[in-house]
Amino acid sequence: MSYKNNKLVMLTSVAALVLGATSTAQAATLDDVKQRGVVQCGVSDGLPGFSAPNDQGEWQGIDVDVCRAVAAAVFGDSEAVRYVPLNAVERFTALQSGEVDVLSRNTTWTTTRDTTLGLNFAGVTFYDGQGFLISSDLGISSVQELDGAAICIQAGTTTELNVADYFRAHEMQFDPIVFDTSEQTVGGFEAGRCDVLTSDTSQLAALRIQLSDPSGAMILPEVISKEPLGPVVRQGDDQWFNIVKWSLFAMLNAEELGISSENVDEMTNSENPNIARLLGQDGNYGEGMGLSADWAYNIISQVGNYAEIYDRNVGLNSPLEIERGVNALWTEGGLQYAPPVR
Amino acid sequence: MSARSKLPAQGPKPPFWRDPAKRALAFQLVLVAAVAAFLLTIIGNTQDNLAARGITTGFGFLTNTSGFGIVQSLIDYSSQSTYGRTFVVGLLNTLLVSGLGVLAATIIGFTVGIARLSPNWLIARLANGYIEIFRNIPLLLQIFFWYFAVLRAMPSARESLSLGEVIFLNVRGLYLPQPMFESGFGLIPLALAIAIVASIALLIWNKRRHEATGQRLPAGWIALALIVGLPLGVLVVTGVPVTWDIPELGGFNFRGGITVIPEFLALWLALSIYTASFIAEIVRSGIQAISHGQTEAAQALSLPQGLVLRLVVVPQALRVIIPPLTSQYLNLIKNSSLATAIGYPDLVSVFAGTTLNQTGQAIEVIAMTMAVYLTISLLVSMFMNWFNARVALVER
Ligand SMILES: N[C@@H](CCC(=O)N[C@@H](CS)C(=O)NCC(=O)O)C(=O)O
Repeated sequence: MSYKNNKLVMLTSVAALVLGATSTAQAATLDDVKQRGVVQCGVSDGLPGFSAPNDQGEWQGIDVDVCRAVAAAVFGDSEAVRYVPLNAVERFTALQSGEVDVLSRNTTWTTTRDTTLGLNFAGVTFYDGQGFLISSDLGISSVQELDGAAICIQAGTTTELNVADYFRAHEMQFDPIVFDTSEQTVGGFEAGRCDVLTSDTSQLAALRIQLSDPSGAMILPEVISKEPLGPVVRQGDDQWFNIVKWSLFAMLNAEELGISSENVDEMTNSENPNIARLLGQDGNYGEGMGLSADWAYNIISQVGNYAEIYDRNVGLNSPLEIERGVNALWTEGGLQYAPPVR
Repeated sequence: MSARSKLPAQGPKPPFWRDPAKRALAFQLVLVAAVAAFLLTIIGNTQDNLAARGITTGFGFLTNTSGFGIVQSLIDYSSQSTYGRTFVVGLLNTLLVSGLGVLAATIIGFTVGIARLSPNWLIARLANGYIEIFRNIPLLLQIFFWYFAVLRAMPSARESLSLGEVIFLNVRGLYLPQPMFESGFGLIPLALAIAIVASIALLIWNKRRHEATGQRLPAGWIALALIVGLPLGVLVVTGVPVTWDIPELGGFNFRGGITVIPEFLALWLALSIYTASFIAEIVRSGIQAISHGQTEAAQALSLPQGLVLRLVVVPQALRVIIPPLTSQYLNLIKNSSLATAIGYPDLVSVFAGTTLNQTGQAIEVIAMTMAVYLTISLLVSMFMNWFNARVALVER
């Protein structure tokens, strides 16, 4: 239970905003991070495939790999990360107050979050949409049949808003049963406190495998919203914003150029100018961000390209088994597209 | 002070820094100025900080549409309501669980506290066991116990436990029949109001007469008969204009009737039972604080046992009981914010939780929430102080 943690983070964050000196607002995050020697990365409380500790207590997941990529770019060491688990409610305050340097926690990019919280979204790690998980033996096959259902939701999410919109638009009633952590939300669903659990579909897949009987639950076909999930940084520090943005782009470009953690060393000899630029063999594209020329090489060799992080965390090589779908590269009919390195 | 000021002035007047009254005044002015300066700096600093970070400020968000639903609301609420209304819904939910918690804790606490002093060995031991168990287990654990171990273990809606097919209990909560008032029902509250006013008048008149003539009627009983009898009589005469809406299983859930969500039940039970164990100790110590000589003296005056308690023991005991009782009430109200741990939609959960997160206006939301708890606590303290001054022994 992260209950204690929750209150504390919230109060210390608010206190930091009230008491903190004005000057720190614009300070270079990169300098702070370098001085500290680790990137502080806000992740979820534990959502398999996105960010969750494994048996050895090491954090794993696609969101975690974004943190590791940033650390690899900055320090040449993907392990130089301190993970700060945050629930949905406390995440933005923690980032605003400087408790974390980057928030990589299945967070949906929306107007309010981008424009009024003093934050910037640095890209999209995963294109998602909201779905519904129900117990198979209810015999229900569409969201339209859910009138009057009790629905378990996590507090402080876009999920909470979408479900209210959807039910109102379809003139249906529902009881929102709202919890603070995904553990409690899943617990409520399993115990029968609610008929339905709603969340981003990828997360439903992750939560489903955590159930004591995954085959007893199914995901309804409808997807009711757009949920572009990506890393977030504080507004007003363009250098740090660029570092996070381009760490993600580096992994996408690497996939597009066919560079992976396995062949990256051979690729440093490549004649392809795009590859040579990305790997720092031709020019220094890290310089403008305050990084070394091998920033992208470090990301790819230590973390991998986008396909690698996708496959091992959420894709077909993972328990979640989510198809690439819209998350395929643009060259393969998907939406993932990174600007060129030049 | 008063004695000194009567002395004739001797010699020249001392300079003002030697005059303790003026010196104290000067210190207080300096202190007030320092506190004001501190607050101004903090507020200014906060505004600068937020502006520099591009974070929206102000209370304008209170009129924006909230966009999310809340499972339990005492007033009309939908996802089309404003954040201002969300605040009120949360506040009322907090007041509901705290108010009913204070009520239940007081009743259980006084009962157990008195039972603790019972000459019956078994009753006294049981009361003692209750106190020791519930006082020594952390409240959060007790909330989890009721919520996860007890209420989560209830059967599903289809296999609900039922009491006479009108009251149902399942994992979704407790379903009670709801009285539906038909036209003509308005007479009953009216009858009750008349009965109450008449009873008060009777009690006052009786007291005056008693003081003047020494004679009195059993006014308490007459008042009770009035308050119960009059509305009942009207109820019968008007032909019982009430029907009951009985919960019925339909679709996913029971519909109709009153639904008491398990989050409320768990929180209310835990708060009441936990706080009652402290109140029981306060009541016991309050009664024991009155020396036995008082009772004996009163009995020696051949006062009946009821009057011994009412006129001698209780007023003195209340003096000892009320101040710590007030702190228990305040604790209960503040502890109700543990609601977030199980998802009961109280102020902290829907306002300092969801609203804060959806709007991102942490400072405004936290400030409003803290102000609410402060206000409630101060009001309760004021009331209890007034109550104490009224009922506790007035020493002459
Ligand atoms: N993408 C949505 C939802 C994110 C969310 O918090 N989802 C839940 C799924 S139940 C979660 O990840 N919980 C994990 C946790 O609280 O640590 C948002 O940004 O608001």
